[in-house]
Amino acid sequence: MSTTHMNTHDAHDEHHDHDPAPYNVFGFWLYLMTDCLLFASVFATYAVLFMNTAGGVSGKEIFELDFVLVETAALLLSSITYGFAMICAHNKNKKGTLSWLLMTFALGAVFIAMEIYEFHHLIVHGNGPQTSAFLTAFFTLVGTHGLHVTAGLIWMFIMLIEVAKTGLGSRTVTRLSCLSLFWHFLDVVWICVFTVVYLMGAI
Amino acid sequence: MSILGKLSLDAIPFHEPILIATFSVIAIAGLVLAFLLIKYNLLGILWRDWLTSIDHKRLGVMYIVLALIMLLRGFADAIMMRLQLALATNGDPGYLPPHHYDQVFTAHGVIMIIFMAMPFMIGLMNIVVPLQIGARDVAFPFLNNLSFWLTAGGAILINVSLFVGEFAKTGWVAYPPLAGLQFSPDVGVDYYIWALQISGIGTTLTAVNFLATVFKMRAPGMKLMDMPIFTWTCTWANILIAASFPILTAVLAMLTLDRYLDFHFFTNDGGGNSMMYINLFWAWGHPEVYILVLPAFGIFSEVVSTFTGKRLFGYKSMVWATASISVLGFIVWLHHFFTMGSSANVNAFFGVMTMIIAVPTGVKLFNWLFTMYRGRLRITVPVLWTLGFMVTFTIGGMTGVLLAVPGADYVLHNSLFLIAHFHNTIIGGAVFGYLAGFAFWFPKVMGFHLNVKLGKAAFWCWLVGFFMAFMPLYVLGFLGMTRRLNHTDNPDFNIWLYIALVGAFIIMAGIVCQLLQLYVSFRDRAQNLDTTGDPWNGHTLEWSTASPPQYYNFAEIPTVSDIDAFTDMKEKGEAYVRKDSYAPIHMPKNTASGMAISGCITVMGFALIWHIWWLAALGLLGSFVALVMRVYTKDIDYYVQPDEVARIENAHLDNVAKG
Repeated sequence: MSTTHMNTHDAHDEHHDHDPAPYNVFGFWLYLMTDCLLFASVFATYAVLFMNTAGGVSGKEIFELDFVLVETAALLLSSITYGFAMICAHNKNKKGTLSWLLMTFALGAVFIAMEIYEFHHLIVHGNGPQTSAFLTAFFTLVGTHGLHVTAGLIWMFIMLIEVAKTGLGSRTVTRLSCLSLFWHFLDVVWICVFTVVYLMGAI
Repeated sequence: MSILGKLSLDAIPFHEPILIATFSVIAIAGLVLAFLLIKYNLLGILWRDWLTSIDHKRLGVMYIVLALIMLLRGFADAIMMRLQLALATNGDPGYLPPHHYDQVFTAHGVIMIIFMAMPFMIGLMNIVVPLQIGARDVAFPFLNNLSFWLTAGGAILINVSLFVGEFAKTGWVAYPPLAGLQFSPDVGVDYYIWALQISGIGTTLTAVNFLATVFKMRAPGMKLMDMPIFTWTCTWANILIAASFPILTAVLAMLTLDRYLDFHFFTNDGGGNSMMYINLFWAWGHPEVYILVLPAFGIFSEVVSTFTGKRLFGYKSMVWATASISVLGFIVWLHHFFTMGSSANVNAFFGVMTMIIAVPTGVKLFNWLFTMYRGRLRITVPVLWTLGFMVTFTIGGMTGVLLAVPGADYVLHNSLFLIAHFHNTIIGGAVFGYLAGFAFWFPKVMGFHLNVKLGKAAFWCWLVGFFMAFMPLYVLGFLGMTRRLNHTDNPDFNIWLYIALVGAFIIMAGIVCQLLQLYVSFRDRAQNLDTTGDPWNGHTLEWSTASPPQYYNFAEIPTVSDIDAFTDMKEKGEAYVRKDSYAPIHMPKNTASGMAISGCITVMGFALIWHIWWLAALGLLGSFVALVMRVYTKDIDYYVQPDEVARIENAHLDNVAKG
């Protein structure tokens, strides 16, 4: 296993635009499946614990569906705008990609801001995650999704810089595709959260 | 709170002579090693060719080195426990006080499962799978390096707990409420959480990496049902990892929230439900045992077919048996706690599912027997491990079927019968398998053979020692001795505890033989070189490379038309053909980024254990910065030029021609 490489050339000198890892999207999809199971575990825990209110509030008393509906609309809309960003990216339309990405980022930020507001509102009214197993599971499930969206926003911010600086090379488009998968995946998870936690909790 | 959180000089166990002695020995050994590395000028090689390597073969070797080191640590724990139990009879307190003894049995379990068996399995998989499918590396070589360093980071944390603070006193399963803040206020459980969490994420990434590898990078012509059987078993193990390790990640995160932020997942108050932890833990934990044993089954299959000189009997049934075990492995978790008090029907379902697993396992045993039937079995060291496994594992499997009867389990739950059973399957199944694989692929990886005499001696010590150490535990279980006892006061137990101690010492002799074997084989390597790359007349593609394999694995990606691809090539005369010209080979460059990212995460883990919040934030930030820097590094690959490839290939073919 000698690694004394003689007569070797740095690859980036020869080819400027080859994709070093052609399986990125497939690999990222596999990772998303593991993430899906992480959410499944947290959902299962919520399902077991949501009735254990320990004398405190139940979902019916604290969920404000109108508020969550706006939150949901922001996130779902951001998936559509990300879709437009990807269409622009495939058409090598840098300006279009950047503006749709910015719009997606703004909508994602609105979602996170509303979630933080909701959490803050609950905590100051004495309904923090330490109050009961129900609230523990609620904060963890919604918070896990929120952390993922936040990570997605950080990633999107980096991608905005990358697209602005380097344009839409194949490597950049692959990365945008992975983030796209991630972003849509979080939408699907949110639909489950909205249904299982908020809708079913409010009835 | 001070700037160092809960950390102070009190955390160093100066009052524990055993720990101080251990620390001194390790410190001296470390200094000697450092001295030797400097004296022979090996530090640069260690850094350039190993620690920063993203070559799957070298990462595999590092995984196995980690596994062997942790085997010594875990075995030291084992022998301390056996000694304690042999001394602490008739009401005698023995030499290990409970608070120390409890850490020892917890560390033993965690280390042997997570930091010995897993790295050993993943190491063998790393070395062999890409070679078997005719690939130049895994799908994501850098990620592979990062996974290794995350595993190593977890191992570092668990070893730090020996000398800074303490380890968990909860048993390796860390059930709440015992593992909760109320009953375990010290840092032991936090060491447990972060060691498992960090290495577990590394393992999940490994599974993603290897699944992408086998699904996307097989040599042309190799359909899924043409994959070598070891690759198939590893693939199922990876599917199990991808499907079960996220559950571990989730449940550990919940325990973390309970301990750090006063959440109520598993607490006694606030509506928490500790049985939820136990369910989630085993929803990971049971697939985990199949993750360990399936690749071992693959190794036995390769060994049996290679050393009988025959095709594996029932290849397709082997693949489907592995698949059924994998699926069934997900619907049996409740048999770890029949005594939870589910309804009789629930217990019956899980009991029956557990028993059904014996069917595909039996299919495998018969396939191995039929492969040997009318073959000419060469009794080599890997074959000895295989034969030893077939007898030992069958006994372990049958006691497992006994435990699967809920009524019987109510009597035997948490007794030494259970301990005997799972050591019977994990040692007799997984560990024997890895040791068979170690002996089988050693010449391929290192380029020289292992000493046969010492290998056989090691096998016999392990086998005899195993039966002496664990058969008495079945008896003790029936006599009513429960697990995790610190001392006993029942004269009927004594003789069995003494026999078990003798057995443990015989296993120790086996381990000593293996260390000697490594030393002697290395010393005499010049006489025992494997020059052909095909020492056993192998069937699969890894044997078509040189020993050790060329760093790019294959000068030209082979085209495959048979399950036993290399046998097929040899028969058609397509093996060892000299080519006139070669194409340049695209290769990734080594990098220290994996170490940097994982190093920062390990620091974060340590800081979180000791509540040093600023350092934890710094560690997280550091890992993020290192990751972004890696992502935007352009200088990550190069081309091996055709004349270099021709030189290496011709040297190999000359060696083959010489024999």
